[in-house]
Amino acid sequence: MTGEIGELALCLSLALSLVMTASGFAGTRAEAAVARSVANGAANGLLVFVALAFGALVYASIVSDFSLLNVAQNSHTLKPLIYKISGVWGNHEGSMLLWVLVLAIYSAAIAASKRGGARLTSAALGVQGLLALAFLAFILLTSNPFVRLDPPPFEGAGLNPLLQDFGLAVHPPMLYAGYVGLSATFAYAAAALIIKERDWARAARPFMLTAWIALTLGIALGSWWAYYELGWGGFWFWDPVENASLMPWLVATALLHSALATERTGAFRSWTLLLAIASFSLSLIGTFLVRSGVLSSVHSFANDPERGVFILAMIVGAIGGALALFAWRAPSLQSGASFEPASRETALLLNNVFLAAAAATVFVGTLYPLALDALTGTKISVGPPYFAITFAPIFIALLVLVPFGPRLSWRKGDLVASFRLLAPALGIALVVAIAILAFTAPRTLFGAGAFAVAAWLIASSIVDLRARGSQALKTRALASMLAHAGLGVTLLGVAGTTLWRSEALEVLGPGETTAIAGYTLRFDGVKAVKGPNYDAARATITVLADGRTIAVMHPEKRIYPAEGQDTVETAIRTTVISDLYLALGDEREKGRWVVRAYVNPLAPLIWLGALVMALGGFAALWSHVRITRASDVAVAEPAE
Amino acid sequence: MTVKQRRRIAFVAALILASAGAAALVLTALKDNVLYFYSPSDVRAKNVQPGIAFRIGGLVAEHSVHHGANAGVNFTVTDGRTALPVSYHGVLPALFREGQGVVALGALDAAGTFDATEVLAKHDERYMPPEVVDALKRAGRWKEGQ
Repeated sequence: MTGEIGELALCLSLALSLVMTASGFAGTRAEAAVARSVANGAANGLLVFVALAFGALVYASIVSDFSLLNVAQNSHTLKPLIYKISGVWGNHEGSMLLWVLVLAIYSAAIAASKRGGARLTSAALGVQGLLALAFLAFILLTSNPFVRLDPPPFEGAGLNPLLQDFGLAVHPPMLYAGYVGLSATFAYAAAALIIKERDWARAARPFMLTAWIALTLGIALGSWWAYYELGWGGFWFWDPVENASLMPWLVATALLHSALATERTGAFRSWTLLLAIASFSLSLIGTFLVRSGVLSSVHSFANDPERGVFILAMIVGAIGGALALFAWRAPSLQSGASFEPASRETALLLNNVFLAAAAATVFVGTLYPLALDALTGTKISVGPPYFAITFAPIFIALLVLVPFGPRLSWRKGDLVASFRLLAPALGIALVVAIAILAFTAPRTLFGAGAFAVAAWLIASSIVDLRARGSQALKTRALASMLAHAGLGVTLLGVAGTTLWRSEALEVLGPGETTAIAGYTLRFDGVKAVKGPNYDAARATITVLADGRTIAVMHPEKRIYPAEGQDTVETAIRTTVISDLYLALGDEREKGRWVVRAYVNPLAPLIWLGALVMALGGFAALWSHVRITRASDVAVAEPAE
Repeated sequence: MTVKQRRRIAFVAALILASAGAAALVLTALKDNVLYFYSPSDVRAKNVQPGIAFRIGGLVAEHSVHHGANAGVNFTVTDGRTALPVSYHGVLPALFREGQGVVALGALDAAGTFDATEVLAKHDERYMPPEVVDALKRAGRWKEGQ
């Protein structure tokens, strides 16, 4: 019964997306007010029915309705409730349904916001309708989550235990809120091209910011999960799947900055449109890479060429269509805003050039191996050394320049005055560099440089904020200051963990000890423990410093019988200044286990920095909504 | 030349300069930092020199896993035609088993043993690394539905 309701809701959603597309585009004519209200209604209806379909799948999963193939393949009666729910998007069909649900939420939000005028909203809804139509057709034709299984099995096959984790329960929805949020900016950009509207960026800004915040948090969550769940002590592996989320983030960051200039002075109008198209295109490419089975990872649920071809066709359609529209219409939106070489615009331009170059290096490193395999059959992989040489220098150069941007005025800025104001921050950065060289071992010039840049970012944000006169100016600057300081905090974590990590690997029997970075670890044995749907080998390791016991830690190794898989549960003791990270390996002889230990200095700052960046995004969102509301009242826009 | 034209030229010049810089970085990096994937048969056929890092993939040969002192382990990787001895010091992945697919990263030592720095196994029962499938297919040892 649940399956029938879900499938019916999906079919109705498909019909509504068709209505939304047609009425949305029809509503771009000034006199077509009826079409516009139909499009609005369709957007709300779409949300209701997609939510109903999604709810049906969640319900089926909670009550373990194994008459649905999708539930039988991916769930299990013994699975804890939270993973029954999160398991819905832990497989291909459910994750695509989640994608459409997020798309429907953004569509309803566009319909409700009515920013940028009725015609722009209507055209944007038309574009969103088209995207919803394509994805719903994809789901119904190739990935229907409501396919029945007759007779239903008594027990489900279970969910990949790596995915049975809180981090991964929230990571996909967050990432999708980012990916699909970029569809809203894409829709506004395409709508602006369709109706030749120059001032679309302001209307799209809340969506742009929401998407960016969600992407930032989603990427950070994924990285955090990889850190504590995979047991390798690393936080970023330059895995193609990670890169697939990093590329839209880089371009969306460029878009946020470029749109700021377009909104304020009309500069970079075409470039901003292009970035809006590019960022969503990269989201689609990311989805294609991750979901089509081109890449092998925990993320690729199925290797089904039919789906890959379908998504590829959607990408070609969306990117090709948008670029054709751009080539046709963008010249008519040209602007004539001018600015001096030393100005906010130039700073934003440099920001964009560096971010675009950084995104390009990731793009090549991610797609070159795939292209080479497809063309010649040669199998290669591009690992961290490639990205250390290409991405890192470009990004560091960008970070060095970041603090100047907010100090320069629009059109004509004063570079000398900016230098003078930021001099204390530069002083702090130099002191930090010297201190790092003097007091840390091993001594690395690279580490000193990275810490200096991080200190420069954080200190200049504080210096800049203090220099802003009134409270109102401080509030407005807070967003960029937080975001930029957050970058510095993350850089501290990345540099600390990468350059000063200690590692120990030992086979230990009961009572034996090993030492790492001032700690002594005493292995007290392994006990068998039973979980709700797994059996665990649970180690007890006592941590001693200067002969005193400071902690007792329990890294685990779990076996999930239903899925026939093992996972490693690390034990992490954090002081924020550093993480002591323990992972239990395999049993070598009776009672003797491989134990891996890391001390990762400053590791928590990696994710704390991302949180600070996201806070900056929230501050920007808050002040944008407040300011536009205030100016709406002041201008008193004519009613429709 | 108007201000607008000057600005556009500056923008395009900056973009070209940045792309050229990025392209140069990318090309240098790709020349030296790409890891090739070889099956054990490839390693023999291509006469891979010691010290060059690459990835190897195949099945862990039956009865070949020997644990040494202090987390050291030796095993053999085979694609059904050729076998290559591998030595590794570290934690083995959870699903490392004899007869199962494995991918390892490392380089050959002077004696022709593959000195692995990283060992990856499939991470669930249904999954086989695609490179391993391909290597087995080329060696004629792959059965569909395996």
